Amino acid sequence: MNRTKGDEEEYWNSSKFKAFTFDDEDDELSQLKESKRAVNSLRDFVDDDDDDDLERVSWTGEPVGSISWSIKETAGSSGSTHEGREQLKSRNSFSYAQLPKPTSTYSLSSFFKGRTRPGSFQSLSDALSDTPAKSYAPELGRPKGEYRVCSLERFRSLQDKLQLLEEAVSMHDGNVITAVLIFLKRTLSKEILFRELEVRQVALRHLIHFLKEIGDQKLLLDLFRFLDRTEELALSHYREHLNIQDPEKRKEFLKTCIGLPFSAEDCAHIQDHYTLLERQIIIEGTFSSPVNLKKTFKIPDKQYVLTALAARAKLRAWQDIDALFTTKNWLGYTKKRAPIGFHRVVEILHKNSAPVQILQEYVNLVEDVDTKLNLATKFKCHDVVIDTCRDLKDRQQLLAYRSKVDKGSAEEEKIDTLLSSSQIRWKN
Amino acid sequence: MAFPHRLDAPELPDFSMLKRLARDQLIYLLEQLPGRKDLFIEADLMSPLDRIANVSILKQHEVDKLYKVENKPALSSSEQLCFLVRPRIKNMRYIANLVNADKTAGRTRKYKVIFSPQKFYACEMVLEEEGIYGDVSCDEWAFSLLPLDVDLLSMELPEFFRDYFLEGDQRWINTVAQALHLLSTLYGPFPNCYGIGRCAKMSYELWKKLEDEEDSESKGRRPEIGHIFLLDRDMDFVTALCSQVVYEGLVDDTFRIKCGSVDFGPEVTSSDKSLKVLLNAEDKVFSEIRNEHFSNVFGFLSQKARNLQAQYDRRRGMDIKQMKNFVSQELKGLKQEHRLLSLRRCKLKYKSQFTVLIPALGRLRSENHSRHYLKKPKNKNKNRDISWPLSYAPALFFLPSGLIPKDYRSLKTQYLQSYGPEHLLTFSNLRRAGLLTEQAPGDTLTAMESKVSKLVTDKAAGKITDAFSSLAKRSNFRAISKKLNLIPRVDGEYDLKVPRDMAYVFSGAYVPLSCRIIEQVLERRSWQGLDEVVRLLNCIEFAFTDITKEDKASSESLRLILVVFLGGCTFSEISALRFLGREKGYRFIFLTTAITNSARLMEAMSEVKA
Repeated sequence: MNRTKGDEEEYWNSSKFKAFTFDDEDDELSQLKESKRAVNSLRDFVDDDDDDDLERVSWTGEPVGSISWSIKETAGSSGSTHEGREQLKSRNSFSYAQLPKPTSTYSLSSFFKGRTRPGSFQSLSDALSDTPAKSYAPELGRPKGEYRVCSLERFRSLQDKLQLLEEAVSMHDGNVITAVLIFLKRTLSKEILFRELEVRQVALRHLIHFLKEIGDQKLLLDLFRFLDRTEELALSHYREHLNIQDPEKRKEFLKTCIGLPFSAEDCAHIQDHYTLLERQIIIEGTFSSPVNLKKTFKIPDKQYVLTALAARAKLRAWQDIDALFTTKNWLGYTKKRAPIGFHRVVEILHKNSAPVQILQEYVNLVEDVDTKLNLATKFKCHDVVIDTCRDLKDRQQLLAYRSKVDKGSAEEEKIDTLLSSSQIRWKN
Repeated sequence: MAFPHRLDAPELPDFSMLKRLARDQLIYLLEQLPGRKDLFIEADLMSPLDRIANVSILKQHEVDKLYKVENKPALSSSEQLCFLVRPRIKNMRYIANLVNADKTAGRTRKYKVIFSPQKFYACEMVLEEEGIYGDVSCDEWAFSLLPLDVDLLSMELPEFFRDYFLEGDQRWINTVAQALHLLSTLYGPFPNCYGIGRCAKMSYELWKKLEDEEDSESKGRRPEIGHIFLLDRDMDFVTALCSQVVYEGLVDDTFRIKCGSVDFGPEVTSSDKSLKVLLNAEDKVFSEIRNEHFSNVFGFLSQKARNLQAQYDRRRGMDIKQMKNFVSQELKGLKQEHRLLSLRRCKLKYKSQFTVLIPALGRLRSENHSRHYLKKPKNKNKNRDISWPLSYAPALFFLPSGLIPKDYRSLKTQYLQSYGPEHLLTFSNLRRAGLLTEQAPGDTLTAMESKVSKLVTDKAAGKITDAFSSLAKRSNFRAISKKLNLIPRVDGEYDLKVPRDMAYVFSGAYVPLSCRIIEQVLERRSWQGLDEVVRLLNCIEFAFTDITKEDKASSESLRLILVVFLGGCTFSEISALRFLGREKGYRFIFLTTAITNSARLMEAMSEVKA
């Protein structure tokens, strides 16, 4: 490609824009070229930085053997001292005042720098370029005069702006698309911007993501409203609550969410969320009792028991657990019942390192004899094993188990007593 | 063990060069701020940085103190501050707060921000808005390829997945193109290029554009790597969401391999210290078992221990040097493995995840049983790990047209009750990304579809928006799996010790779709004959081949294949392709935006910060 010629052309094409006369000689080709060039220079701004850095150490394309790898390697340990623990000491020397954001957002200029090839034109924006670019360039130690500010300011007609956007989209680089969108957001009324983006999905998604990231919630909600995306609107609004720390404010905020156009099922969840917070705030009293919560939020039995059991076990509140499984029948007799099955109760208790006495109690409640025996063996509930063998009249198994208990222990003695007992009719 | 490399396997290029390059560039950038300075590092960059440089290198270049970028005021007293960060808005706000606090206090310092791997306009816009543009100088550290292993390059950009596949933001495409450009500059051009997916196509186009713009010196070079294959993660969510059963994948699912190493807490090491273990090909024992189905690992390790005992008995015959060698290499690795192993045993006991998924895969054959998956999660929805129940999503995923509304609702309600109502945002994201769907009456869908396609005029976007294409993709999974024979018919037991196909990575039940696509295309050297699959994947516009006649490519280089996973790849996929390589005499090199697994994918969908 003949660069010099191309650059000359660019010079003439662009110089006409110097005087802000978009309308003379408005042929599409030159316009297209202009937006193409602008988009490219936006990208160059990113690319050339790399290349420059690479060039400095002569990396570009050069066979790697030529790189000076003379940087000394110290055989230090691969330090993990990155934690910066020093921070913890001697704090509070600053007041961390957050300055208010400027209300008129960057309206004066948004200059995007790019590097021109040697002998390129001086654009209008060069004249406007001020300190940021200049102080930037020497920082990197680059030769003077090699930089220019590529400004998008010259894209003033809607048609030019849209062309610029389309060019950016066809380049695929999201960073450039966002850069153009930032410019469009600043120079177009939001109605026009929204209208044009509605039919440009790729660009639209970039704008939505950008607004989410910078936290421009107001514009984001306006956009969803314009697009008639009511559910997204509601969800976006609801999402705000994650940033609110104060429980009371959070609750108040959630209240504002209740009427929003969520899907039918989400409406119920939002209502639940609000009710839940309301209750959390009233900490004391029957409202916050687990049983009450269970009723209000229609939590299934199994789920409730699993949660309560694990929580109580962690606190080693064995009596509560006992109560959890105790049911009274209509005659007033108490009975132990576990909707999840006692074998799972035992597993969960074991996971939470419950003592053997407690485990034993629940192993005993396992209905299936084989499961019971297995669990008892696994968790060393000797008494249960021994009693079960006795009930099964399984002499052989009892004999086998004798080797598993400690010598001279009470368990061994118990087994011996049983084995020598004439009361039992062993089946084997 | 079944995994020695073939004798005729081609040599891998030396990727350690990339580390040196990154390090040199960082040093160059640090020298741009001469004199003593404090360095603020973003947490996510610490592990990658650790892999290429160490503290003493930083100290040599006048870095005084190191701080972590976090939400706390910085207490540095240095006159020069340097920030090494990812291009994120929150980092810009952090820096702005710091600089503005200095300004208020009447303090002047020098500030430099080094963005890695590149800077974004949105970041600069924030600097401008906060009134500190010009007060800070900005630079880029194009460190986008970290060699995690001899055949594995990671861009360490987990956010790529969410940014592109959920938000539709194409900001990382340039980074990918730059990385590929760097590779072709260093390792010569790629004569054969293949790809599938919208992102793959865009990255490819931008990359080619970069090459064309530069008078690329790589053009005259001999290619070192014969093929490149680009693949979008959304071509195959299923594989990424499956529970992993190959050893390395299992370790990743259980302990999270971070930047090529894993931290074992006190409960694993059975001492009060935690232990950081680097997992790569240099660890001999590990490299022997990493690709194995976990059921083989126990046997292997105990065999190994017996051998070791035997060797140990022979130690009397060794001289000191041999002995040293023996102790440092074999014994050390083995001890670690043993430690790992003892823990694995107890973990596995209650880890019933696989038992859920794999039968689920088996059941795919009979259509009506798909609802059975739902039974397990119902009883299990309490576990400490947030991502756990949601990782059942793959099972749900298989349902041809999404969940029936009743099941969807009950699953969601139980989840929200267990983990907090704010997770309804997570569900909304899952649906938006096409990872979870509810059956919709057919006519509503088509009406909506036609409405949307009328609205969309973006050329690049094609006629259908992403949301709808992924919707269609999912419902096609059954057809694709039939077409590509992803669920092999098993006669009798599948011998996991002697794997016969890539399905071994999922206990013989399922061949990873992503790997099968790659296999098929490489066999044909094109997409020819795969039209139906491409159509079912909704990728007619986004499947491409670009073959240049290349005389200079050696036969050795033509057996090296670089696979680029856009949006992350799993260790299971890596193992499967390593297996394929051994079968066919290829060697695969993996380039991924990040290592992923089902938990990571699900977390990426969450709005709630842990």
